[in-house]
Amino acid sequence: MDAVNIHGLTKVYGTGEAATVALVDADLTVAPGELVALLGPSGSGKTTLLTAICCINEPTRGRIELDGIPVYDNGWTGVDVRSLRRSRIGVVFQSYNLLPFLNVLENVELILHLNGVAVDTAREEAMRLLDYLEIGQRWHHYPGEISGGEQQRVAIARALANDPAVVLADEPTASLDTGRGRIVMGLLRKVSRERHAAVIVVTHDERMIEGFDTVYRMADGRITGRAVRQGSGRWH
Amino acid sequence: MTRFVLTGVGLGLLLTVVMAMSGIYRGLIGDATKVVNAVPGQLWIVQQDTRGPFAESSRVPEDLEYAIRGVSGVRTATPASFQYVQLVRAGAPVRLFLIGYKLGASVSPSHIVAGRSITKKHYEIVVDEKSGFRLEERIRLGLEEYTVVGLMRGMPSPSGDPIAFLSLADAQVIQFQLDNDAIRNNRARVTRTYERLNNVNPLLRTRATVTALAAAENPHFANAILVDLDTPSAAADVAASIRRWNHYQVYSADAERAILLKGFIEKSQKQLWLFRTILVIVSGVIVALIIYTLTMDKLREIATLKIIGAADRTIAGMILQQALLLGAVGFAIGYAVISRTYGLFPRTVLIERLDMVALAAIVFAICVLASVLGIWRALQVDPGLALTGG
Repeated sequence: MDAVNIHGLTKVYGTGEAATVALVDADLTVAPGELVALLGPSGSGKTTLLTAICCINEPTRGRIELDGIPVYDNGWTGVDVRSLRRSRIGVVFQSYNLLPFLNVLENVELILHLNGVAVDTAREEAMRLLDYLEIGQRWHHYPGEISGGEQQRVAIARALANDPAVVLADEPTASLDTGRGRIVMGLLRKVSRERHAAVIVVTHDERMIEGFDTVYRMADGRITGRAVRQGSGRWH
Repeated sequence: MTRFVLTGVGLGLLLTVVMAMSGIYRGLIGDATKVVNAVPGQLWIVQQDTRGPFAESSRVPEDLEYAIRGVSGVRTATPASFQYVQLVRAGAPVRLFLIGYKLGASVSPSHIVAGRSITKKHYEIVVDEKSGFRLEERIRLGLEEYTVVGLMRGMPSPSGDPIAFLSLADAQVIQFQLDNDAIRNNRARVTRTYERLNNVNPLLRTRATVTALAAAENPHFANAILVDLDTPSAAADVAASIRRWNHYQVYSADAERAILLKGFIEKSQKQLWLFRTILVIVSGVIVALIIYTLTMDKLREIATLKIIGAADRTIAGMILQQALLLGAVGFAIGYAVISRTYGLFPRTVLIERLDMVALAAIVFAICVLASVLGIWRALQVDPGLALTGG
C-alpha cells in the first residue's frame, strides 16, 4: 500500500479570466520508507502540491489517498483532515516554526499531548526522539537559544512524534548553510529508512538531490519528469 | 512577555481602583451605620413633618423625654443632639460631628482607646483620634472651650468626619444658644415690642416680656428623643400614642437608618457604581485589545498548530487560558495593592470577601468575553501561513 497516492490532481486559483492554474493533472505515488524530492523553481506548483497532500489547500479536482485513506476525490471525502494531520502526517517547515514559548522538549511533547498521550509517556517518547536526532542534550533550551540546524533537528523530532506515515518537508534546508543542510537531509534519509515513513521534500536546491530515492521535477504546475535512483546510485 | 506583564500590572491597578470603590461604598454604609449604632434607641422621636436629624433640621423640647417615659411600653427615653461643626486646628480646617447626650443615659461614647468617657456635665469632650486632637487639648466651640478627655478609634460620621461626644448641655449651648450680640439685639427688639402695649398692666407687660425673652433664648432643645422599649413588640403602640400628640414624628431605628443611608449614600452609591462599571468595561477593552494583539503576533504559531493538527478548541483554549491568566494576574495585583493601601485612604475602605468574590467572577466573565475577538481571529488563520518562508 502506498503511503501517498495522488492522481490527476489539479488546482486552479480564481475563476474566469483571473483564473490561475497552479497544478495540472499531477500523478504521484510514494511508498513507505521512500524519500522523494519535489524539485522545481519558484512558482512551479510544488508547494501547492505539498499543501494539497497536507490537506490544507483544497484542490480543484483529482484524487488524494494518504496511508490508504481516500482523503480527496473531486471533493473532500469527509475524513477529519485535522485529525489525520495530527495522527498520520508530520510537517517540517523551512523556518522550523517551533513555538518560541515552549522549550525543545515541550515542542516535541506538544504533538503527543494533542494525540492524547499521557504526560509521562509523552515526555519519555519526546526525549527518546530528541536523543535519536542527537539533540537530547539541549532539551531544556528554548528555540531562540539554539542554532538553526539544531532547531531543524527539533522540528524533525516534532514531525516524527506522532509516528507518521508521511513526513512533508517544505524547503527544510533553505535557511541553513550547505553543511548543516546536508546534515538535515541525512536525518530525513535516516527517518525514511529506519522509521519507514514516506518523506516528501520540497526543494529548489539541485545540490541536495543526491540522497533521494525519487525526484519529481516540476515546472509551470506540471510534473515534468520523474527520476528514480537505481541500486548502482545512477538515476533512471 | 513584557507586554503581558505590563498589561497585568496596568489591569491590576485598574482593578485596585474598582476594589477601592467597592470598599469606599461599603465604608460609607459602615460609617453611617456606626452613628446609628452608637446611639441605641428602638424609636426615634423627632419634630413633626421632618425625617429626623440625619435628613433635616429637627428640634424637639429636651423635657419631652419625661412625657415619653410616661407612655406605656417605654423603658427609657433620652434626648440627643447631632450637629456638624467646622473649626480650625493648626491652620487646617477640621470638621466634627458632635453628638450631645445626657450623662448616665444609654447613649455614650464607645471605642475609647485613650483617656476616659465624660464625667462632668460641662467642658469635656471625647473625640475620634482621626480628628488629630490629643488628650488634654482644648477645643474652642462656639462661646466655650472644651478639654479632650478621651480618644475614640473607628468612629466616623456618615460623611466620614470624626465624631465627638459631649454633654447635651454643652451641645445645646453650641447648637441653640444665641451669641451675645444676637441676645442683645433680641432683647432690645422684644422689649420695644412690649413697650408699645400702652394699655396693658405694667406688671403683666414685664412678665410677658420676660417670658418672651426666656422662650427666645431657651437652648433646652434636642434633635431627637431616643426611646428604648420594654419589648420590641410595643413599638407600634408606643409610636401610635406619641403620634396622637400631633407634634412629633416617630421612626424606628431601622427607618432612621434607612433615611440616613438613603440621604448620605444613594448618590455616592450611584456614582461609585457608574465609575466601577466604566472601569470594568475599560479593563475588558484592555484585555480584549491585548489578547487580540498577542494573537496577531502569533498568527504563524497558530497556523503551525493548525497544520500539526491542533483542534480549534485546543487553540481557543490556549487563548482563553491566556486571557484568564491576564485577569488572574491583574486581580492578584489589584488585591495585593488594595490590601496594603486601604488604610491610607482618607475615608473608610471596607474590603469585603463577598465583594471580592463577585469582582473575581466579573473579571473572569470579562476575560472570557475579551478573548472572543482573539479566538475568532485565531480561527480565521490559514494553516498555509505556516508554510510561507521567512
